[in-house]
Amino acid sequence: MRKIFSLLVVLAAPAAFAAGGGEYIQEFTPDTTNKASLQRGARLFVNYCMSCHSAGYHRYSHLARDLHLSERQVQENLIFTTDEHGAPTKPGALMVVPMTDNYAKQAFGTVPPNLSLVSRARGASWLYSYLKGFYLDETREPIGVNNTVFPDVGMPHVLWELQGFQAPVYKTEMTEGGEIRKIERLEIAVPGEQSAEEFNGTVADLVNFLVYLGEPARLERQRLGIWVILFLLVFTIIAYFLKREYWKDVH
Amino acid sequence: MGSRMNNLVTWIDARFPMTKMWEEHLSKYYAPKNFNFWYFFGSLALLVLVLQIVTGIFLAMHYKPDGERAFASVEYIMRDVPWGWLMRYLHSTGSSMFFVVVYLHMLRGLMYGSYKNPRELIWLFGMIIYVCLMAAAFTGYLLPWGQMSYWGAQVIINLFDTVPIIGPDLSLWIRGDYVVADATLNRFYALHVAALPLVLLGLVVMHILALHEVGSNNPDGIEIKQHKGADGTPLDGIPFHPYYTVKDIVGVGVFMIIFMAIVFYAPELGGLFLEHDNFTPANPLVTPEHIKPVWYFTPYYAILRAIPPLPLVDQFSGVFVMGAAIVVLFFLPWIDRSEVKSIRYRGTAFKLNLAMFAITFVVLAYLGMSPAEPVLVLLAQIFTVLYFLFFVLLYLISKSETGVQVPDRVTWQ
Repeated sequence: MRKIFSLLVVLAAPAAFAAGGGEYIQEFTPDTTNKASLQRGARLFVNYCMSCHSAGYHRYSHLARDLHLSERQVQENLIFTTDEHGAPTKPGALMVVPMTDNYAKQAFGTVPPNLSLVSRARGASWLYSYLKGFYLDETREPIGVNNTVFPDVGMPHVLWELQGFQAPVYKTEMTEGGEIRKIERLEIAVPGEQSAEEFNGTVADLVNFLVYLGEPARLERQRLGIWVILFLLVFTIIAYFLKREYWKDVH
Repeated sequence: MGSRMNNLVTWIDARFPMTKMWEEHLSKYYAPKNFNFWYFFGSLALLVLVLQIVTGIFLAMHYKPDGERAFASVEYIMRDVPWGWLMRYLHSTGSSMFFVVVYLHMLRGLMYGSYKNPRELIWLFGMIIYVCLMAAAFTGYLLPWGQMSYWGAQVIINLFDTVPIIGPDLSLWIRGDYVVADATLNRFYALHVAALPLVLLGLVVMHILALHEVGSNNPDGIEIKQHKGADGTPLDGIPFHPYYTVKDIVGVGVFMIIFMAIVFYAPELGGLFLEHDNFTPANPLVTPEHIKPVWYFTPYYAILRAIPPLPLVDQFSGVFVMGAAIVVLFFLPWIDRSEVKSIRYRGTAFKLNLAMFAITFVVLAYLGMSPAEPVLVLLAQIFTVLYFLFFVLLYLISKSETGVQVPDRVTWQ
């Protein structure tokens, strides 16, 4: 009986997308049609993420076009880097970071990954939960935080100014191997600039932007697809009547 | 105008068999009039082949087969090349849809006995096409140079390592390096864009020539050439053009609606067509938690994992059984000994056996996608046995099968 039960559990588990941190993942459905949210997300991204993480497959100018921003707006609000001659990075450039891999390794123990495709590798729900999943953990020197969905991550709690710091609330669970202590939920210990609700919105904006960044064509394909399918519907209907006409003499 | 056109045709016909070929393969190729739903998939496979070649050409214009630049060049296609994303999604969706269509096409062959005398060679050419298609899919999957590309290739090429005696040299020869590396990527690119498409096209021509030599089978499994009219054409046959060209276009329309719905609204198809792990660049130092091939290979992958290593041959046991699962399909025309072709007039035992086989294939595909949990491996072992049992039972059942009387002429059902 137990074998059958465990079989059902295994079969029911989603086969794909094992990004880890399972039980702390909160469902999040991204919305890339909301241009204002994408613009806020872009601002958050360049301010908080792009000091260390690159988005090196994407160009500022492409972002400007997709987010309905002028190149000047992008130049003034989103580009903080300079080229090797000291001139501001041009909008046509790729969104890379100046930090060298060597420096990053010394600072974080690992090179912060290129985030261009992180939404496609990890999924929106994972990112949403990860960004909300930082909590105080003194054992982790020097960053002082840990994460529920990505345990022992090298990244500090970058959004602490906005969210504040969370502390874990534990519960004990009985398992076959004895009692284990698990994090039940996170509670704000040090308040930040934003309320919990505002911060949810902030993370949603950032994740929406990351989803856009993972697949900029998403906006265009969703807009175009309906026309392609409508055309094919009309085509198929006409083809069907053409076929019926021809086949009248087949008995 | 009309006579000028005629003059041109006459001029060409005197130098090239244009009209002759047109008539032989289209306007005077008599196909049975009773084709049903299952007969769309041949022309659809041809459509997808053309689509893969055309989109592939455009992708090759921008892709860089270089370990340092391959992954970035795919993203360049996705972001900076005008309509590059569309070409890429058409190509990636096309590869999966190719297998959907081919699997249904093959199941059709099993249902209506299309591999039986006199169509054994059509089946054999088809099987070689299938194997080539797997090679094309496998080499193509390495090209995006993501984690799953890299580790999938690593695992599959390592299978050749297990071949007794020559194994290590063989896998080294395939890779061109001791691990999957730039050399592997470059040669897979050459195979994927030149060698395999050439072979595929040649085989498809032979598949169709062999078909047109003997004529198409049909859902009743009756030879329409046995009943000819006064004009020498089959009574139950209709010219492929225009009857089946107009009919197949309807099939193309419906197929394209499904195809484009995936391309425009679910190009990853939840990780089935484009795997999530493949959006991380290839990294020889980090092994992904769960390496699995794309869905169309997973039935065989499940069989591979189901077979435990044996003394003397070690892991080769699994590789051998997996290979056998494909090779046995080549022998279907001789395993199935029934005189009756179509499932419509065959015995219940055959029907149940075939239904079980179709279910087994789907279950194995699912198991191959799932992590190798002990329970699932046990299930995979059971279904591996069921997979081969189909052929054993087919051989036994088909010797003296009692079905329904086959009608003299084709029917509309």
